Amino acid sequence: MIPAGWFLSLGLLLFVLGIIAFFVKRDLLTQFLSIEVMLGAGNLAFLALARGPAKVEAQVIVFFVMTVAAAEAAVGMAIILLVHRRRRSIKTEDLRTLKG
Amino acid sequence: MNPFWLIPFPPAVGAFVLIVAGRKLSRKAVAWLACLAAAASFVLAVISFQSLLGGASAGRPILRTLFTWIQAGEFRADLAFRFDPLSAVMVLVVTGVGLLIHVYSTGYMSRDRSFARFFAFLNLFTFAMLILVLADNLVLMFVGWEGVGLCSYLLIGFWFEKPAAAAAGQKAFIVNRIGDAGFLLGILFLFLTIGGVSFGAINEAVAGGIIAPATATLIAVLLFVGAAGKSAQIPLYVWLPDAMEGPTPVSALIHAATMVTAGVYMVARLNPLYAASPAASEVVAVVGALTAVFAATIALVQNDIKRVLAYSTISQLGYMFIGCGVGAYAAGVFHLYTHAFFKSLLFLAAGSVMHALSGELDMRKMGGLRKHLPRTYPTFLIGAVAIAGVPFLSGFFSKDAVLTAAFAQGRYFIWALGLGGAVLTAFYMFRLVFLTFHGQERLEPEVKRHLHESPGAMTVPLVILAFFSVFAGYVGLPPVVGKHAHLFDRFLEPVIKPAEGGHLGLGTEWVLIAASVAAALLGIGAAYAFFLRDPRIPRRLGEKFPGLYRLLLNKYYVDEAYDAAIVKPLVQGSARVYDKFDLAVIDGAVNGSARAAGLLGRLLSLIQSGLIKDYALAVLFGMAIFLGVLFF
Repeated sequence: MIPAGWFLSLGLLLFVLGIIAFFVKRDLLTQFLSIEVMLGAGNLAFLALARGPAKVEAQVIVFFVMTVAAAEAAVGMAIILLVHRRRRSIKTEDLRTLKG
Repeated sequence: MNPFWLIPFPPAVGAFVLIVAGRKLSRKAVAWLACLAAAASFVLAVISFQSLLGGASAGRPILRTLFTWIQAGEFRADLAFRFDPLSAVMVLVVTGVGLLIHVYSTGYMSRDRSFARFFAFLNLFTFAMLILVLADNLVLMFVGWEGVGLCSYLLIGFWFEKPAAAAAGQKAFIVNRIGDAGFLLGILFLFLTIGGVSFGAINEAVAGGIIAPATATLIAVLLFVGAAGKSAQIPLYVWLPDAMEGPTPVSALIHAATMVTAGVYMVARLNPLYAASPAASEVVAVVGALTAVFAATIALVQNDIKRVLAYSTISQLGYMFIGCGVGAYAAGVFHLYTHAFFKSLLFLAAGSVMHALSGELDMRKMGGLRKHLPRTYPTFLIGAVAIAGVPFLSGFFSKDAVLTAAFAQGRYFIWALGLGGAVLTAFYMFRLVFLTFHGQERLEPEVKRHLHESPGAMTVPLVILAFFSVFAGYVGLPPVVGKHAHLFDRFLEPVIKPAEGGHLGLGTEWVLIAASVAAALLGIGAAYAFFLRDPRIPRRLGEKFPGLYRLLLNKYYVDEAYDAAIVKPLVQGSARVYDKFDLAVIDGAVNGSARAAGLLGRLLSLIQSGLIKDYALAVLFGMAIFLGVLFF
């Protein structure tokens, strides 16, 4: 049986990779994917903990996260699609209208 | 079971139905509904009155509390009615004259577009006035007081398309506010002093000597300010002449017979309080006497038939206050009661003249109408004779009662003013009669073609009122007739204690009566000489004393003086405050705070780059710091 620490380490690795990808990549779509990676990493950490003391709670939380992630993916993709349709671009440098 | 507490409610129901559904009803239905409501009140009033006359409980006040209306700490005011001889007299006058004027209005207003609105207001007025006279405490009385003020405003401005009518309504309302402020302060002081507002509590407190004389004076004078506003006394009389812009039945009901006498009623109702304060009584008597003469002099030269009657009303109200001020409250109320008949008669007859002349008001364009108005002329003449104080008519007895009381109390100056006013009264009334009904016709040809006597709905009330103008005085004969004298005063005795002292010998009484008669005949004779025998005299007099004539014609320039001294400074001051304070300070503060918020926002927006990565970095650092603090 693989110890829980391995899973936690993998989750941490994936999470850091997600952060790095978010800052390195320049278009919304890949940044969006890296967020999904971070969410998956979080889920993995929860599941690893499900082997320990918080058996049921951790698994329930994972289901919630997956539900939210599914909804978020749908809305996020739709927004990105619309942004592309209006601006003909999803590069973050081109989307700076919030600048003060 | 005395049904007196139901008296105010039929007109309330009538007013409610007419306001809600008046537009959908036919004119006939509206007229019947309004008149039946007034008639129901009158019948109830007569039934209640009879129970007061006979039996063991004769003359004792009947109280009925419907429910506790206000209860706050020590303060308590009930919705309670009081029926005693004084309120009985008022209720009979209000419902009786009110009913006749309702009937008259069905004829007078028959062509008006807002027929239902008129009767709704008329019924509402009757309701409010009955609340006023039946109330058992000052607070409920104040409700009625304001109610009649509101109806007065609504009815003066009934033809609100006419700017003069709208302005007159506002003037009446605003001038009355001044008086009402005094009235309200009086009520508050009274409550602070004796801890109650019901008439029973007030009478007990005065009898028990709880109120110090100085306090009583303060309260009584403040309340009299309210009375002076409502009853159009100096210096608050200016609204009443302008109120003639309203329809004539309104002038007759509200501005002659009922509402304007509310002040007199209030003073008579609180007679123990006024009796406890000689200084306040002095104020009442002097203001009354001055008003009686002052208004009569203005009435001498006015050309508008209704304005003459308006100034005459102010003057007669002054007589009522003379009665109250010299301690003869019963005489004051007696004059109130007879005045209600002959003055509403005069107004309604004047309305009949206007009706016949297509709305003409200027007496210079009348004359010789006696032949054309065979029913209006005699009734008007009876009213004029009654108010002039010719013996054996009601006005003679009541005016004489007031003047005799003033003389008996040793107030010779006030008596002399009253007598002088009586000469003027007879003079201006017969000037009115001669200019309108006698002499040569000065009608415009167009008006003359439409000349017609008024319909029965209008002339029948005139005849009934004329009957009472003649005979109403016989309940209060002077002492010279022996044992049937002063029936009216004796009826009122449970409420109004007769004035102490000042009993005159029969000889003196006769002399005073002779003086009154002489005053009346002198006035009538002078009017005859001036306006009938030699109509050139008035013009020559006017040319000889142009200053005096202009002064009177312009009503002593009182309106102009008020305008310059009060209205204009107030308006201009308000404009200046608006400029300097509202615009600069208040608007400045509001706009300034908005501008400050905007500036702050623009400053803060400088840290926004618009790049998603920067925001994400901020989140990352924030989270790192948070976790660092949490764990280390």
